Amino acid sequence: MLTEEIIVSFDQVEKKYDKESVLKSISFELEKGKFYTLLGPSGCGKSTILNLIAGFTTPTEGTILINGEETKNTPPNKRKVNTVFQDYALFPHMNVFDNVAFGLKMKKMNKQDISKKVSDVLKLVRLAGFEERGIAEMSGGQKQRVAIARALVNEPDMLLLDEPLSALDLKLRTDMQYELRELQRRLGITFLFVTHDQEEALAMSDEIMVMKEGEIIQTGTPNDIYDEPINRYVADFIGESNIVEGRMVEDYVVSFAGKRFACVDGGMTSNEKVDVVIRPEDLVVNQADEGGLQISVQSQLFRGVHYEIVGLDDEGNSWMVHSTKKTEIGKRVGLQFDPQDIHIMRINETEEAFDERIEQFSGLSSTSEVRGEGADD
Amino acid sequence: MTRQRKLLSIPYYLWIVLFVVFPVLLLLVQSFRGLDGSFTLTNIQTYFTSQVYLTMTMQSFLYAFLITVLTLAISYPAAYFLTQTKHKQLWLLVLILPTWMNILLKAYAFIGILSQTGFVNQLLETIGIGAQQLLFTRLSFLIVATYIEIPFMLLPVFNAIDEIDGSMVLASRDLGANEWQTFRSVIFPISLSGVRSGIQAVFIPSLSLFMLTRLIAGNRVITLGTAIEQNFLVTQNWGMGSTMGIILILIMFAVMYVTRKRRKGVPGR
Repeated sequence: MLTEEIIVSFDQVEKKYDKESVLKSISFELEKGKFYTLLGPSGCGKSTILNLIAGFTTPTEGTILINGEETKNTPPNKRKVNTVFQDYALFPHMNVFDNVAFGLKMKKMNKQDISKKVSDVLKLVRLAGFEERGIAEMSGGQKQRVAIARALVNEPDMLLLDEPLSALDLKLRTDMQYELRELQRRLGITFLFVTHDQEEALAMSDEIMVMKEGEIIQTGTPNDIYDEPINRYVADFIGESNIVEGRMVEDYVVSFAGKRFACVDGGMTSNEKVDVVIRPEDLVVNQADEGGLQISVQSQLFRGVHYEIVGLDDEGNSWMVHSTKKTEIGKRVGLQFDPQDIHIMRINETEEAFDERIEQFSGLSSTSEVRGEGADD
Repeated sequence: MTRQRKLLSIPYYLWIVLFVVFPVLLLLVQSFRGLDGSFTLTNIQTYFTSQVYLTMTMQSFLYAFLITVLTLAISYPAAYFLTQTKHKQLWLLVLILPTWMNILLKAYAFIGILSQTGFVNQLLETIGIGAQQLLFTRLSFLIVATYIEIPFMLLPVFNAIDEIDGSMVLASRDLGANEWQTFRSVIFPISLSGVRSGIQAVFIPSLSLFMLTRLIAGNRVITLGTAIEQNFLVTQNWGMGSTMGIILILIMFAVMYVTRKRRKGVPGR
């Protein structure tokens, strides 16, 4: 990878407030023009990363390069990075035009250029004609667009978005997800998006970094992270999942719930204790004598798109199934799934070791697909 | 519920009628009464034709203006730095504390400090400048009045600055403003609401400071307040006193109008 394609690089960055460590020696690189998401629960340090890039705070240890330059002594107003704040932080004493024009006025741009650029960017966020409106008169979604326009008008190298959609209602949030993704593709600016909502992260990102307690646990494309979560934490955080304890019998054979199953993972020691993940939507409800697992249905909930069925197997493990067909509570049913629906996670595996092992075995697993054991789409 | 609310609001309406509406009406009626108690317009006529009254009003106005400007000049930076300190509520309390003391006590304290044998003059003598006449000057009146009014400016300004969301400042810095530009274009304009309340709380009472004019300024400064007091208590010309009271009320409304909240970028409604 060429160095000029890297816009931000963190090298063993640590941040402490008083004596409490918020970020624990984090290193990563962000490429130009991609949509990145930092995903994690509140207090995991994801906003701290944003504040470090924006320059609102400085690292306790380590170096942060933006466009290859050390940034320790660069104040926020000298960085070609702009932020969209969670609460929008629009200036209440200015109208829409003055809010958007703020950055350009600070650069002492001439008035004609300012009004041209402002009206262009307002068109881009579909707010043309709103120039004279007061901030208090705008709806949440409109304020959101103003905040985005105010940042984009400065033509930053990178846009930082701090949970910008969390205050919007569901419908508007979904619309804005599409719009943001579309905007990012069109402008080619690097976006770093912070959220605790896994659906948002999966829908928009080129790459997701899952965080926990000041550390990045896993980095990958939405598909990678969804299909191959590194551990119980990531699997649990990214969508609903069934996680049970199991043992690796040998490569491509795992045992859990008292039975042996073919799978597509390998590279563990024989008889190693592992966590087994199967997504609820990968399980198909069948007759009791069909399918690999038998469960007795405990509860059934209609969720609109699907039924959420929960049942117990003979060993007492709880299984959640998303099914479009309904069943009956108390009934014994079989669950069918394919080998590639079984995701196996070693306990306490590092990300490097994990990536290496996946790389080694993903090639082999694709051949098993060719052999016709079924694809999961 | 609404019935209960109506019942509960009765004491407040009674209060307003008895202690606000009724006295103002009395004042209005009284201002049209001559010394003999008959209906007359002479009070108003005298006020607007008398050089003495007009000069006094102007002087009142000027001093109130100076006091307000001085208080603001001291309180705004103080309030700003107060919001940046760690124990801001504690410091605020310390600065607000003097308002718990009676104004007369504070005036007497200043007499002690500024008198010919007072602390300031002792200091001036030790450094060789020699004792000066400090008390009963216009300057001492300005200093003491400013001192007394500072908390009333400080408090609303402090609250206004303190309420500004920290993300507002970050946003401004993020968009390329340096610290001074951030203060000028974001913090100061947003805090103006507090400045307005502060001006209202300081300017209007300053127009009628009458005990200080006597105790500190030795009647060298005569404000409208002094004149009203003299008319009611000394010359017993209640009609004239009331007329000036009405004028003070009108000035108050004018100040409120000038310092009213204006919203930028919002079409008039």
